[in-house]
This record gives sequence, C-alpha cells and structure tokens, in this order.
Amino acid sequence: MSNEWTPRIVAFFCNWCTYTASDLAGVSRLKYPSNARIIRVMCSGRIDPQFILEALAKGADGVLIGGCHPNDCHYVEGNYKMLRRFRLLHRMLKDMGIETERVRLEWISAAEGEKLKTVMFDMVDKVRKLGPLSLPGKFKDWDKEMDTLEHAVEAQQGREVAHAH
Amino acid sequence: METKKQDVRIGFYVCHCGHNIASMVDCPAVAKYAEKLPGVVLSRDYKYMCSDPGQELIAQDIREHKLNRVVVASCSPLLHEHTFRGATEKGGLNPFYFHMVNIREHNSWVHTDREEATAKAKDLTRAAVERVAHHRALEVKKVPIHPDVLVVGGGIAGIHAAMTLAKAGKKVYLVEREPSIGGHMAKFDKTFPTLDCAACILTPKMSEVGAHKNITLWTYSDVIKMDGYVGNYTVTVKRKPRYINEDLCTGCQECISSCVFKEPKFADEFNENLGKRKPVYIPFPQATPQVVLIDPDVCLNFKRGVLTDKCKKTCVEACGEKKAIDFKQTEKLEEIKVGTIIVATGFKTFEAERIPQYGYGRYPNVYTALEIERLVNASGPTAGDVVMRNGQHPKSIGIIHCVGSRDKKTNRWCSRVCCMYSMKLAHLLKEHTEAEIYNFYIDMRTPGKGYEEFYDKLLTEGVHFVRGRVGEVTDWAFTPEEEGKLVIRVEDTLAGYVRRIPVDMVVLSTGLEPHTDSQDVRRLFNMSCGSEGFFLERHPKLAPVNTFTDGIYLAGCCQGPKDIPDTVAQAGAAAAEAMVLIDKGFVEQEPNTAFILETECSGCKSCIPLCPYSAITFVEERKTATINEALCKGCGTCVGACPSGSIVQNLFEDEEIFSEIEGVLVQ
Repeated sequence: MSNEWTPRIVAFFCNWCTYTASDLAGVSRLKYPSNARIIRVMCSGRIDPQFILEALAKGADGVLIGGCHPNDCHYVEGNYKMLRRFRLLHRMLKDMGIETERVRLEWISAAEGEKLKTVMFDMVDKVRKLGPLSLPGKFKDWDKEMDTLEHAVEAQQGREVAHAH
Repeated sequence: METKKQDVRIGFYVCHCGHNIASMVDCPAVAKYAEKLPGVVLSRDYKYMCSDPGQELIAQDIREHKLNRVVVASCSPLLHEHTFRGATEKGGLNPFYFHMVNIREHNSWVHTDREEATAKAKDLTRAAVERVAHHRALEVKKVPIHPDVLVVGGGIAGIHAAMTLAKAGKKVYLVEREPSIGGHMAKFDKTFPTLDCAACILTPKMSEVGAHKNITLWTYSDVIKMDGYVGNYTVTVKRKPRYINEDLCTGCQECISSCVFKEPKFADEFNENLGKRKPVYIPFPQATPQVVLIDPDVCLNFKRGVLTDKCKKTCVEACGEKKAIDFKQTEKLEEIKVGTIIVATGFKTFEAERIPQYGYGRYPNVYTALEIERLVNASGPTAGDVVMRNGQHPKSIGIIHCVGSRDKKTNRWCSRVCCMYSMKLAHLLKEHTEAEIYNFYIDMRTPGKGYEEFYDKLLTEGVHFVRGRVGEVTDWAFTPEEEGKLVIRVEDTLAGYVRRIPVDMVVLSTGLEPHTDSQDVRRLFNMSCGSEGFFLERHPKLAPVNTFTDGIYLAGCCQGPKDIPDTVAQAGAAAAEAMVLIDKGFVEQEPNTAFILETECSGCKSCIPLCPYSAITFVEERKTATINEALCKGCGTCVGACPSGSIVQNLFEDEEIFSEIEGVLVQ
C-alpha cells in the first residue's frame, strides 16, 4: 500500500439491485479500487440522511448510495423516497460547505456489474480530486476555536463584572 | 435473552475459501486483528467455513466457549448467510445473533492489491463485530402458502409445468396470450436431433392440458396486475374478447366454412403470414382450446374493431342452436388468488430486417427459419410443398447461421438452437426438394445428447458446410450463372478466399431474443433482467429457476435461449420448486419487519403515506402509528423517514447501522 492519500468511501447498497450488482462484479472478476466499504440495507429507502452525515462526520471522504433503477424498486418506490431525501441533503451539504460530489446516488441494477465498476472508478477519482474532507479533524479545530472564544468571552465578562463593582 | 454489551462474547471466523479469498486477503492477519476487537473471545481462520466441518466448528465453539454472537467473513450473505445462521442455531443460539462479512465478491475477487484488500477486510470485520453486539434474538415468521399456482405462458415450458403440477393434484391457472397454447413449438415441423414430428409429441400434451380437471386454461388472455407476496398473490387477468362463447363452441368450424368471405383472404399469423385465413378462424387444426375466434379488424360485422352489425352473419346461421357466437362480448377481468407463479413467457425470434445486407423483406426468396418450418410442414400453408414466393421450387438453398446472434451489432449471445435447427432444416429441405444445400456457419455448436451425431449424419448427406460469416446476399449478377439468383458473398475461412455462391432460396437462421414487452412483464412480477433482457435467475447454478422474488419461478426461453429438452427439464424444476412451497404449506420469512415504539411515536403520520403496502395505520385512541407485521415487507423506508426515530427495523436497527458506519471508519 502506498502512502499516498486515497479517499475513504462508505457505500450504502440496496440488497436487491446494487448489492447484487457488486456480487456480480465479484463473480465476473471485474477489478475496481478498494476504497469503498459497502454496508447493506434492504432498500435505498431505508437510508436515513443521518447515516450519510454520520459517515462524513466519522471520517468518510465520500458516500455512495446505490439503489434500483426508477420503476424497478423491489419495494415499489423506496428508491424515489431516497431520491427525495438525497436532493434535500444535497442542498444542506452545500450550505454546510461540503462539495455535493462527495455524496452520490446511483441506480445500478442487479445485472450492471460493469456499471458498478465504472461508478467505483469515477467516484474514487472525483473524491480524490476534491481531497480529504477530514471532518473529524475539523470538528476538533472548531471545538478548539469555540473553546478559545468562550474563554475570551468569559474573561471579558469577568473584567466587566469586576469593573462594575 | 437480551445480552448487555459487556456480556457479549463474539466468535469470529474468516474463511480462506481455498484460494479464492486467501490469495488476495491475508486471512490469518485478519483473524489476528479481530482477536483484539471488543467482545471477541475467539478468532479463527479456516479453509472452508461453509463445509460440514466448518459449520460444526461454529456450533462446537458456541457450546465450548459460551459464545453468544457469531461473525463469519467469507462470501456474499446472499449465498451463505442461511448456512451460517443454521450453524449458529445448531450451536444453541438464536440464528439472528449472526452477522456475515462479504470479503470474496466485494473484496478478494475485485481487488488487486493484497495489502489494500486485507485492510478492507479488517475494516469490514470491525464493522461487523461492532454491529453484531447490537443484534437481538428474532422469531421467524411463518406465512401460509395458497396451494394454487399461476403459470404464465402456454408454450412447451408452461404446458409441461402446468401438467406436472396438475398431475400432482395442484390447481393450476394457465394463462396464454395467443388464442391457442402451443407456443413456438406448435409451429415447428420436426424436432432435432431425433426428427420427431413436433405436432405428434406436443399436441397430445396440449389436449391433456385442455382436458385436465385441475387446469383452468385461459387463452387469449393477459396478466395485467399482480399484488401480494409469496404464498398470497392476487393476480388480475384480462380476457380479451374472441366473440365466441368458449363454453358453447364445439369446434365444429361450420362458421368458418359458411363465412361471407368464401376464400381465406387475410394474413395468417400462425403460418408466419405465408398463408391466408378468414375473419373467423382457428389458428391451426390442433389448437387448444378447440374454439374459433373472430378478428374484429377484418370481420364485416365490425368496422375498425367497432360493432356495426351490418354483415349477413352467415356464421351465426351456421352455428345455429349452439349460439356460440356473441358479437357483444367485451373484455373481462378475472381476479385470482395463487400462492406461487411460474413465468414461462418464452422468446421472440430476431427480426431479420435488422440486418439489411441479408435482404430479408427486399428479396422475396429470402426466408426466416420459422417461415421454412411452416413451409416444410404438412399442415402448413403449402401442405409441405417447398414452393417459393415466385412460385418455383428451389434447386439450391443457402442457410445462413447466426443471424442476430454472436454479433456485436445486434445480439452478442449465442442463441444455442440455431446450429441444430439449421441442420434439421437442411435435412428436411433436402428431403423435400433434393436441392443443393449450403450451410454458412461461424462455428458449429452441437453440445447435447445426440447432437454431434446428428451433425456427423448431415455431413454424410451431401449438405455443404462453408465456414464464414456471410457478408451479404445480393441479386447483382457478375456472371451468366448468377443471373436471376441470389448471390451469397462469404469469406470461406477454411479455403481462405472470398466466394460468391448463387442460390435460389436463402434461409436466415434467426436467433432468439427477449419479447419486446419483457420489461413490462419483469415489472409486473417484480423480477430482474440480465443486460440482454432475459429474466434473471436467482443464482445460475444454485437457484436456476428461482427469481429474486420468492414464490416466482422461471421456465423456458424467457430466462435465456434453450432447446426443447432443456426447456422441459427447467419447467419440471420450476414446478418442483413451486411444490416445495405448496407441500410445506408455509414459508419462513426473514424477520426484517419494522415496528413502532409506541412510547416514542409523536403521531405525526409522516410514515403512513410512505409505506407502499399500506401496512402502517394510525390508532386514534393512542394517537400513534402502528405497523401490521403481516403486511410489512421490510424495506425500512418508514424507518429512514421517521423524524423522532421511533420506528425500528429488525436486523437493520439504527444502532446496528451506525455501529457499522463507525466500524468501517475507525482507524
């Protein structure tokens, strides 16, 4: 393993389409980068936006969501529900200053092992270009900043109180 | 039963899968890494975890080391989760105290750097170990199976599946889109390699289906809707009007002979439009059911399909007392309840026009193989006389293989049957016409019992075999001998030069394709398609007739091109799979359903419209939502959307997934 930085990606795949597509990619011995860690859910509709935020907060540089194509959801329309949340989440990420390319939604059917491979390459490539997100590090920095601010405020308040007496 | 987190005792196993995993993942290193993870009391690497000794190892360790959680890192859970849950149960634990890590399909098989792959395996292992601590004991839900079966498609696959089930005493609904069952096989003249007459072996089966008391046969009908779940499907079938009362028609066909059209005038679909039929007709002599039908597009009593009642109706006169003709018939919807469904919707042949250089549709004497089947057939439009569209008998015939098969421009797959049926047609055409016959092939593919022997036989019958993909079929003559002929231009790759072979008749061996509406059928039954459009089986080797939807099975060419013996074998297998469920009487369902924590629920009702199965209702008295476990299918959409986090999905609880997220990311 080289010491060069490479992105950490958490992937949430639905059981019926994209998880099966990854199995197919395996059976077909397609080769793709090892950055993604796949977490299985029954349906992309199960993916709570909090999962995505949690992954970013815990150190992921990108999150990949995989579901069935529109109209093909094993549970009729869970993928549409995911799409809805995904759009909202993208707006929120933008406001938070996080590049939206870091969170990606792809429709990959059980037969599309090739597409899975292409998406994996592309995702890793794009996130690598964006560089590390390192939210855990930033959280520490921000906490430190907050602490300093608080101290400064407290100190000032202390001075004001002393002054008043 | 609940264990506190500090009491968790996890057994971890990493499988080498021979070299499949071990060659790319350092399994002993993963086992060593897992040893130090919180809660892990035992960590092993083993050559084949799914083997009997591997499973026994888990059961034994649970007893000896008082394990209360098990994690196995091996292949995909879709393959062996069931196996290891069984081993966990055998050791005396609830099977849902198990979790599986996929380090083969998602890791060793797709990565090329051993260090990276091992690191990934460790991350996934840690996630699973953290997750499994949150697992709870769950009960498997048993759902009763409705004993009736729906078979969709009345070709040889559907017929065989329906007969097998009916003979076993199961009630079967057989739904066929065309006016008669029989499918493609009914159109064939002979079948390879035995040269059995197709009608002789098929039609007795067809009439058996028509007469069997356990089979409800609905032809000229479409399945338009399917609801429900394994064991309890509700299916709506649309029965198109044939303007004949099926119960009253005796199949005497008096109406056909007395129709105001004295001569058949309209293209006959069953004969590939080579023959003619009347507006009132029966598709072919042995059609099942033996019931005529009226084509409203050409019947004089209709205008553009709308009843005008302006014909003399000599057919009604001829029918007389039977009163079987009913011009006012309209389409009818039938709703049935079944427990299992066999999809046997078959294939369509490649449209030869799509390869314009072969001249189909441009040169009248270029035929498709299916047209030849009708031409050589004794009950075909010419009563077996091979006469071309120009009225002459061919003296030389070229058969072009792989039309719409093994071709990147059209279909990449091998259609499996064309080599054999081309040789069968070569044999039959030789028999009927004594013409010179040339086969143009890429490779001869004759795997099957007696198939290679059939090829050998053809080689001694004076049929020419030219190896090479045909470039074009043209009527542009270079020499006097080519005048008035169709010239086949081909590079003979054995002789090593380009040849021009003039023939009277060209036969295109068209390949097999999914139906144009296969995507609609797929959606209707909640199945998947492979990239080429054939329905996807659950596993090519372990579950070849199952689909990803429980209780729905595949048979015949809708799953991929295959010959009649394979189709019949697969139909038998599908029927057996359906009987497994029926005779067992119930199906065990994954307990991944969701439930509501009533003390937490604020009664906001956000979840209610999200459920595609209407499983969530609002209880006014309590002002909380509630989930009907029997209706919940475990997608978890409501869980992901609940603003107060008061819905829990078994096996996919928030804590479980959060710990998995944390597990893959902690370094």
